[in-house]
Amino acid sequence: MKKLFRRIIISVMVLLPSFQLMAQDPDLLKLIEGDEKPEKIRIKYAFKSPRVINSHSMEFLNPGTMDFRILHRFGQINQGYKNFFGLDQASMRMGFDFGILHNLMAGIGRSTYKKELDGFIKYAPIRQSTGPWSSPVTLALVAGMTMDGTDWSDPERQNFFTSRLAYYFQAIIGRKFSESFTLQVAPTMVHKNLAVLEKDPNNIYALGIGGRIKLSKRIAFTWDYSHVFIGMPDSGYYHPLSVGFDIETGGHVFQLHFSNSTGMNERAFITETTANWGKGDIRFGFNLSRVFQIKKKKSGEPKW
Amino acid sequence: MKNLVGLTLLIFLTSAGYGQKFFTKNGKINFDATSSSSPERIEGVNRSATCVMDAKSGAIQFAVLMKGFEFERALMEEHFNENYVESNKYPKSEFKGKVKDADEIDLSKDGTYKVKVKGDITIHGETKEVETEGKLVVQNGKINADAEFSVKLSDFKISIPGLVADKVSKTAKIAVSCSLEPLKNQ
Repeated sequence: MKKLFRRIIISVMVLLPSFQLMAQDPDLLKLIEGDEKPEKIRIKYAFKSPRVINSHSMEFLNPGTMDFRILHRFGQINQGYKNFFGLDQASMRMGFDFGILHNLMAGIGRSTYKKELDGFIKYAPIRQSTGPWSSPVTLALVAGMTMDGTDWSDPERQNFFTSRLAYYFQAIIGRKFSESFTLQVAPTMVHKNLAVLEKDPNNIYALGIGGRIKLSKRIAFTWDYSHVFIGMPDSGYYHPLSVGFDIETGGHVFQLHFSNSTGMNERAFITETTANWGKGDIRFGFNLSRVFQIKKKKSGEPKW
Repeated sequence: MKNLVGLTLLIFLTSAGYGQKFFTKNGKINFDATSSSSPERIEGVNRSATCVMDAKSGAIQFAVLMKGFEFERALMEEHFNENYVESNKYPKSEFKGKVKDADEIDLSKDGTYKVKVKGDITIHGETKEVETEGKLVVQNGKINADAEFSVKLSDFKISIPGLVADKVSKTAKIAVSCSLEPLKNQ
């Protein structure tokens, strides 16, 4: 019995190294595979820019970067040649947005329309990711404020500074479904401290639907629609819809589009869009975005 | 019983000689596609390349995740991943090759060895054969492996649009630097 036992041990000992020899897989990398823990990795680049067209997108600026944005909205195309299809008139907004953390950004802007100054802060508690504890969607929250800079419409009555102010609050729920398709919905509330007419409500509720279809590596088709559910005046106002193309040219992103809204901040385009797509009151517009690196990127930035 | 001990020892000694392998999981790969006329440096670095080398046969393999390349400017990193190497479609780049005349050098001895490495490199889903000179420095049972070579981006179907042609070079310099440690429990 002892002998048999010894024989078994010896034969195992002799055979072992030959097994090892057989195990010499031509794929050496397999030898060190498999013992890594799966990592949580953020899904990036859902949109080319932190704005779909007018609305905020689920995407954020990289930390340490500044996005200088110049936005133009021209006149209505159906004005014909006399106004050169609207290009004779232009309304613009200039903005500076700053990436602070991978999920925090803030910005300010000034529009010619109503000489309005606006500012916002945007934060994402949840970002779309893969791996353990991942989320299928990004949830971003935006809070913004606008300040009307025009003269009082009625200087006779007692006017308060606060009447110039309006606020907006937005939750963006978005998902990059694939490399080429991104969709987001954004319930939004706009509060105006002063409504124009007595019967106009101060609170306006809307739902934004924005998306992107990538056509090539550098060109994408985008749309940006806000449906105003509560607070839309009975006549003369419409739901803002913009459709366009994002074109990326190395350092710049051009967002060329057609829209029925003139306003370029949430208060203006959600509550004061007076043109009707149905009647062909469409404007051409573009956003030009140039991102500057203002703080050197730290190496070894966490993937999460 | 004495025989058994002797036999075991013998087996252990011989198995130690069988294709001792070395590896790393944090090899450094530098990528530089700065054009001579470019005002800014187009370069990235990846510090988590994996490499396994078989000292006996001279077989050497690398793998690197393209998303792991870090650039000084975030926008450059975005363009690298989105527009050039398409890291979602082709997440990994690999090299599988061999150190030429591996049997002529004894990597169990400390020293510096100049070697030639030849093999297939796969980037952006395209495979090409490359040959380069490298340096192996053996010290205290570890191997430092360094190599530098250039690849033509068009060979890997990575196109450079005319608009950035003055910044991004048509060839990229790739520098590899790994500190390989003995692979245990093989």
